Amino acid sequence: MDEDRSAVGSVVGAVSPATASEAKAADTEAAAITRSQRHASALWIAVVPTIFLAVFFGWPLVTMLRRGLAWSAFSSVLGDSGIRSVMWFTAWQAVVSTFATVVLGVWPAYVLARYRFTGRRALSALLAVPFVLPTVVVGLAFLALLPDSWRRSVPAILVAHVWMNVAVIVRTVGSFVSQLDPGLEDAAATLGASRWKTLRHVVLPLTKGAILGSVAIVFLFCFTSFGIVRILGGPAHPTLEVEIWRRTTQSLDLSTAAALSVIQLVLIVGALSIWTWRQRRAASGPVAMRTRTAFRTASSRTESLAVAVTAVVAAAFVLVPVGRLVAQSMQSSRPGNPLAAWQAIVHSDLGASLWASARVAAGAVLVATAMGALASIAIAGNPRAGALLDAGLMLPLGTSAVTIGFGLLITFDHPPIDLRGSWVMLPLGHALVATPFVVRAVLPTLRGIDPDLRHAASTLGARPWQVWRNVDLPVLRRALIVGAGFAAAISLGEFGASSFLARSGTETVPLAIARLLGRPSKLNLAEASALATVLMVVIVAILLILDRQPGGIGQSDVHRRRARPARVARTEVSR
Amino acid sequence: MTLRAIGITVRFDQRLILDDVDLSVDDGEIVALLGPSGSGKSTLLRVIAGLLRSESGTIRWDEQDLTALPPHRRQIGLVFQDEQLFPHLDVAGNIGFGLRMARVPRRRIAERTDELLHLVQLEGFGHRSIHELSGGEAKRVALARALAPSPRVLLLDEPLTGLDRELHDQLVVELAAILRSVGTTAVHVTHDVDEAKSMADTVLTMGDLRRDRPSA
Repeated sequence: MDEDRSAVGSVVGAVSPATASEAKAADTEAAAITRSQRHASALWIAVVPTIFLAVFFGWPLVTMLRRGLAWSAFSSVLGDSGIRSVMWFTAWQAVVSTFATVVLGVWPAYVLARYRFTGRRALSALLAVPFVLPTVVVGLAFLALLPDSWRRSVPAILVAHVWMNVAVIVRTVGSFVSQLDPGLEDAAATLGASRWKTLRHVVLPLTKGAILGSVAIVFLFCFTSFGIVRILGGPAHPTLEVEIWRRTTQSLDLSTAAALSVIQLVLIVGALSIWTWRQRRAASGPVAMRTRTAFRTASSRTESLAVAVTAVVAAAFVLVPVGRLVAQSMQSSRPGNPLAAWQAIVHSDLGASLWASARVAAGAVLVATAMGALASIAIAGNPRAGALLDAGLMLPLGTSAVTIGFGLLITFDHPPIDLRGSWVMLPLGHALVATPFVVRAVLPTLRGIDPDLRHAASTLGARPWQVWRNVDLPVLRRALIVGAGFAAAISLGEFGASSFLARSGTETVPLAIARLLGRPSKLNLAEASALATVLMVVIVAILLILDRQPGGIGQSDVHRRRARPARVARTEVSR
Repeated sequence: MTLRAIGITVRFDQRLILDDVDLSVDDGEIVALLGPSGSGKSTLLRVIAGLLRSESGTIRWDEQDLTALPPHRRQIGLVFQDEQLFPHLDVAGNIGFGLRMARVPRRRIAERTDELLHLVQLEGFGHRSIHELSGGEAKRVALARALAPSPRVLLLDEPLTGLDRELHDQLVVELAAILRSVGTTAVHVTHDVDEAKSMADTVLTMGDLRRDRPSA
């Protein structure tokens, strides 16, 4: 599963529960006992991240619930036919987007997981890119790509949702397929099943569970879609998220917004619970899995052709909107100067948004990395209490960004903590979303450290903090860098929460893009595209650099590469 | 009717796995192929089944050249060492799989499945989940599944490896009886000399298949 190890893949992976595999150090009994004693002392470390979570996520959530659960707000919301149609639209566009994403994503997921072909790794990384791009960038790319008649239309929203979320299917379904024993497909072939029939009668039924699991994730993203809907849908097609934002910032109708947030939360939790329940009932029992990937080489011309066409179409699928975005940044109204928009972002106030984004991202990285590192230490040391903290920290991911922003807004606009007009709201909001990613990067490495390594250090006379400094930290440093990189990428693209929190002149790049699109002109569109291009390049660069970190994510790469020839020999030849 | 593998060469990573190997199996004949692990027995079976491409050589069924055919069009059955039963299908679903692929009418599939369940002495097991089967039962289902579409040749890739001694010996007798009663042409790969002798009409070692050897 090479793609599982890529940084972009890990971002997708962090949100998918199906693929949470973490290394554990092999323990001797004696080592386990010493470890349990040592770890009891690590619980106090959880205090800081717990307070962070309680103050900046728990409290706003409670504030929102108290406002939103007022009966008057509820009855007026449910009686409003306009809001009923918003709810209906939110639901059906999410269902249709999810369905289309799954239908289009399963085949490329299978091809990438099963076939060996030139450029496989590159294509795998490329297909993960749309998912890590900020929603405003995606929205703008499709604004640039689609014909005028499609703009501000429902199909545009659906297409953009599919484009972003195919990565989730490719990653979750692909990693499942790559572990599926290819012997089953061989068995089907010897029983007279063509490739097509093998897919239909063997692979697809076995993969059903993984597909249904990723459906839940994609549905969640499409249901709570904000940036894409705001940019591509226009005022005529609001989802619940956009409606909450509109009520809050434009009609200042906070009680309706709170009621809508509560309704949205209930709908999401309800839909996901029903889905999980049904999925569990549909599960077909354990499937024999293998830990190593066995690729196949296309054996007939039709098969090679199918693989080649899939690869080319998939690459074009990702590259065309991106290319169109870059091209649009050079189409300003000034003839003869294709770089006018680029000059403008350097010389005008748009340059300030780059600076603001950098500042906010730096703050978010500091907070998220600190909280994530502390939380990881506490989680690794305390299996039970730690699991609770781990789950708690994942909550902001499941809650929509708009809900987080809205909650922070209505909680910290009055004493005891009044942060109105302060730019720190932005990094705090971003850090809430980014912290779970830091935990996902750090925790496996931390758990992988053999406790006896620490014991060896202490028998050599190292004090506890010296053990930490000389044993844990050197190993963790790379994982921390990876976590910090995720946090930076998330903060740079964050749009939902930011739309509520930036009232103070701290206009980040995504907000500047949205502002420019609010007054569409050729130059504004070109400038927005230039900003979006900068954002895209920076985020993809961060993730590519993380991908090359020898420690963090790619740690096991070295061993895998060395082991590969022998392994392939076993699977392909002598089995 | 004869299955012939002629001049099969397979190389992997510069290592020669099969070097110009010949094998010929007559109609109804059961050939046991002996050799230590790593001698390329399984590789040869996979080449014959079409699951693996050889660098050179041809596979023939009488006058018909099978070399370019994909596995699903060769009508050559294979019993895998690790069974490879489909986990999403029950016992009957596994046995009937090949017949479904051949679009045999459903009623006929049910009859044939019962016939095979009887043959491998698993009457009434049709609706069992394959997760509930014991090791020996799973082997029998794998055999029944491979026999169901009546393949021209049945290949058995160390089907009895990994069982405890008692069960192994019992299954050797059963398997031999089943193959005789069906009258199928078969190539049975094993590293167990006794197993080979009690199963097969002809016992060959991998060394016998080298073309450059003076014919035995």
